[in-house]
Amino acid sequence: MHKGTLAQLAGDLRARRVSATELTRHFLGRIERFDPKLNAFITVTAEQALAQAAVADQRLAKGDATPLTGLPIAHKDIFCTSGVKTTCGSKMLDNFVAPYDATVVERLAAAGVVMLGKTNMDEFAMGSSNETSFYGPVHNPWDLALVPGGSSGGSAAAVAARIVPAATGTDTGGSIRQPAALAGITGLKPTYGRVSRYGMIAFASSLDQAGVLTQTAEDAALLLEAIAGFDERDSTSLDDSVPPYSKLVGEPWDDVTIGVPESFFDAGLDADNAAAVRAALKELTKLGAKLKPIELKYIHLSVPAYYVVAPAEASSNLSRFDGVRFGHRAERATGEDLVTFYMRNRGEGFGAEVKRRILTGTYVLSAGYFDAYYLQAQKARKLISDDFARAFREVDLVAGPTTPSPAFGIGQKTSNPIEMYLNDIYTIGANLAGLPAISIPCGLVRNLPVGLQLVAPPLNEARLLKVAHHFQRATDWHQRKPGGYA
Amino acid sequence: MLRPEDLERLCRLARLEITPAEVPDVVAKLSSIVAMVDQLQACDTTGVTPMAHPLERGERLRADVVTESDRHELYQRNAPLVERDLYLVPKVIE
Repeated sequence: MHKGTLAQLAGDLRARRVSATELTRHFLGRIERFDPKLNAFITVTAEQALAQAAVADQRLAKGDATPLTGLPIAHKDIFCTSGVKTTCGSKMLDNFVAPYDATVVERLAAAGVVMLGKTNMDEFAMGSSNETSFYGPVHNPWDLALVPGGSSGGSAAAVAARIVPAATGTDTGGSIRQPAALAGITGLKPTYGRVSRYGMIAFASSLDQAGVLTQTAEDAALLLEAIAGFDERDSTSLDDSVPPYSKLVGEPWDDVTIGVPESFFDAGLDADNAAAVRAALKELTKLGAKLKPIELKYIHLSVPAYYVVAPAEASSNLSRFDGVRFGHRAERATGEDLVTFYMRNRGEGFGAEVKRRILTGTYVLSAGYFDAYYLQAQKARKLISDDFARAFREVDLVAGPTTPSPAFGIGQKTSNPIEMYLNDIYTIGANLAGLPAISIPCGLVRNLPVGLQLVAPPLNEARLLKVAHHFQRATDWHQRKPGGYA
Repeated sequence: MLRPEDLERLCRLARLEITPAEVPDVVAKLSSIVAMVDQLQACDTTGVTPMAHPLERGERLRADVVTESDRHELYQRNAPLVERDLYLVPKVIE
């Protein structure tokens, strides 16, 4: 049962070969069996899931089901879920029960999707390995000694081990695509503003975007169609109509020119990883794609620009966590001033990486540094964005590696933040420019999955998904699964 | 290179307590991050307009009317300490 994609399971539900309740019980059983070694979940909502499944079965019986009714998925614990603990991977929110549903959660629930639980993540989505979570690291199902990537590491590991058929995620600098690549699954970050962020705990507001981690591009299309679209409760939500992605994904191949930034294949990229990506590009040419070398002249500035913009916005967004209205409150004696009170609540509630980012953000925004850092970073961002715009005048998509290497060891990069940050060197550009991007499995390197990243012009998710889908019809990398989860 | 006294100022601005034991590690790592982002200084950005929105669309405005209902009881369930609908902080002697 767990071997099916969302599209296949939806067919089984409609044909009454399986009920939503049976599916839900099956996946809850798998979570119970395998999650103790993966640590992919922070909260499992078994009781609520079975109640939702019962309602889904009624809808299926009555014939008022949507294509998603009865399908179980998990949500990254960054999305607010009414009445359910929502921690964002932080001690700060260890006792926080969300008073409302995020729009993504609400839309999927309305479509009849069953929520199995909330997945583990880097604290406040700040990390590329899931090691900054207050709830401990997530283990990569391909090798438990390795990280699954981050920050949506719990979602990625859960889908890779098929203990859920799909999961939601968020992507600020690569947090959907990088873990999808390291776990051997499909990860889609839509255009900035395509999916509402209402109820999604903010990290860096000019970069954050919600998306999905799935087994296939076809499944990503199904979920995107349900969650995309205008929401008046998110001021950055785009008021553009939502194309029928699930239909468009299967349309015949048309002429596609794919730009390949040669600088992505320099010394920073693992040689075997490079070979796998080159082979995938060749496969795309067999399908009819034309490849064209392109230059992204300023892309080398994406990591430094990101580590100014993202921490600056994070330092502002995370100022709401004061331990007064909600969140962690330190035990203390009376008689101190309020600033000390806030400092202690926040000092105890936040982990080391979150503190570093808040302090970096405070530094770059402080008096005398604003022009040199924040303004300069926003100018560099404009140059990077213009690079992509120029490329898209000649090509339809940009393709390359998702990550510099396959998954690395737990603890291997925690002592050096810069080394950790460089994991996102190929993914950050799409966030800075607000572009949709997808990572799909494209090979195994030393028996570990690696990803091919495709980037499209704004609001061109349909093209992205279609090319990915055709690639997946011609190859079987997306069907490779880690051993031990039969 | 950041100095420990710079960190003290930043912590005050950020309302963030760092214990004395954490200071050396935080100073070292913050310094390496600042050194990395300093790569931006080498880029000539003369005449470049800073990017304010990824898609260069403006902020959408809504009518200036009240849309929220009073849900303070629900929201205050997450508060560490509430009395008579007020959020409480420990007694402060200034």
